[in-house]
Amino acid sequence: MVQERIEAANKETVRIMMEGQPTLIGVGTALKDIPGMTPKTLLHAGPPITWDKMSGPLKGAIIGALIYEGLAKNEDKAAELAVSGEIEFAPCHHHSSVGPMAGVTSPSMPVWIIENKAYGNRAYCTLNEGLGKVLRYGAYSSEVIEMLRWMEGVLGPVIGETLRLHGPIDLKSMIAQALQMGDEGHNRNRAGTSLLIRELAPYMLQTKFDTVDKIDVLNFINSNDHFFLNLTMPACKATLDPAGGIEYSTIVTTMARNGTEFGIRVSGLGGRWFTGPSGIVKGLLFPGFTDKDANPDIGDSVITETTGIGGFAMAAAPVIVQFVGGSAGDALNFTQRMYEITEAENTVYRIPALNFRGTPTGIDIRKVVETGILPNINTGIAHKDAGVGQIGAGLVEPPAKCFEDALEAFVEDLEIKGQL
Amino acid sequence: MSNINRLFKNQLKVINIGLEAFYGDLKKQKVEVIHVDWRPPAMGNKKMVSLLNRLKS
Repeated sequence: MVQERIEAANKETVRIMMEGQPTLIGVGTALKDIPGMTPKTLLHAGPPITWDKMSGPLKGAIIGALIYEGLAKNEDKAAELAVSGEIEFAPCHHHSSVGPMAGVTSPSMPVWIIENKAYGNRAYCTLNEGLGKVLRYGAYSSEVIEMLRWMEGVLGPVIGETLRLHGPIDLKSMIAQALQMGDEGHNRNRAGTSLLIRELAPYMLQTKFDTVDKIDVLNFINSNDHFFLNLTMPACKATLDPAGGIEYSTIVTTMARNGTEFGIRVSGLGGRWFTGPSGIVKGLLFPGFTDKDANPDIGDSVITETTGIGGFAMAAAPVIVQFVGGSAGDALNFTQRMYEITEAENTVYRIPALNFRGTPTGIDIRKVVETGILPNINTGIAHKDAGVGQIGAGLVEPPAKCFEDALEAFVEDLEIKGQL
Repeated sequence: MSNINRLFKNQLKVINIGLEAFYGDLKKQKVEVIHVDWRPPAMGNKKMVSLLNRLKS
């Protein structure tokens, strides 16, 4: 009886995920558009965390955001303010948002607005800052702050006006196309970024901004293969949010890391987080860095794997192994293993190398615990110290504890309700 | 000659189930072998097996 209810609930959860229609509708501002945002709120990646437990890159990004917002003049003042209790730290996920790496989102930042046209809910994400020393990896030097101000003053407004002329962009179709062009939507976004430029450029030329600004914006997007990541992520968030809160469902609707802990949420268990220590990413490091420099796993970008892309779609992106390590055969194997722990095959996101099989979609905590197979995540590596930035990319697994604790809570929940 | 000795005088074709290290060792010795990625349910964690069984009712 219980098993039948779980099976039905899981099918319903995945049906909602498949029916999602994430659509880019514009560029807004965090304070104005993100629900529950205040002038003293800073959002971060992963499950809830306090300042004293934050890792270096998250602390660095918080310091940078406080300087950028004009709330602190320097690193010391920012750190003082951070511990004062005046600033509210909250997970992006509690505010319909997601953020890559440290995921820090502050009130003045421009944000993508994504609407799930099938269910009417919205999701938000900052615009990608590019590579090198950037806030999302915990860097906060003057050039980082200057870049954030350019994004607020030029990048956001130019793209916002471009989208007003263009109209909404169907991200589901664009992600599906990108997967057929060698992206997996987490660590490789070259095709998605190119498809986006193709849509935006003709309309950007029609805006009334200075030609220099338009050239700068197009060059900025073109110089950063990960620009599209900040669209796949909120597209996945918008797709998953309506799939939460389905009674009896054992499907994972959130995976996220704050650099200290990895957390998951399960559809049938409401908003509860189940956490364990963040793992160390195994992969390729940039020259001059060693494993000892790496921060534990961080970022909300694992929302892609939760939706059935990213590490779950590695077979679509064999070239990614040059960035994260391994062989092209490994990329196929990673995806094939994920079918063991998922409920369904995606009806839209398909993999040419697997004869257009749909990507493994809808992680079932029962299958993870029973098989011992953990979700495969494909991610960037941040330096452990604040202010340094990205040092590599690789693969990581979540701690098994998250799934075991969630399973235990699920059974307890049914006992309390008298269902077991 | 015992059956076991007869077996080892033939060319072995091995299916390795479970621990991958045995597969690797045979490969190094150029023995024809395939590996089956098998693990005990819930990695042998009795508490988890019991929880999973309760959901199968």
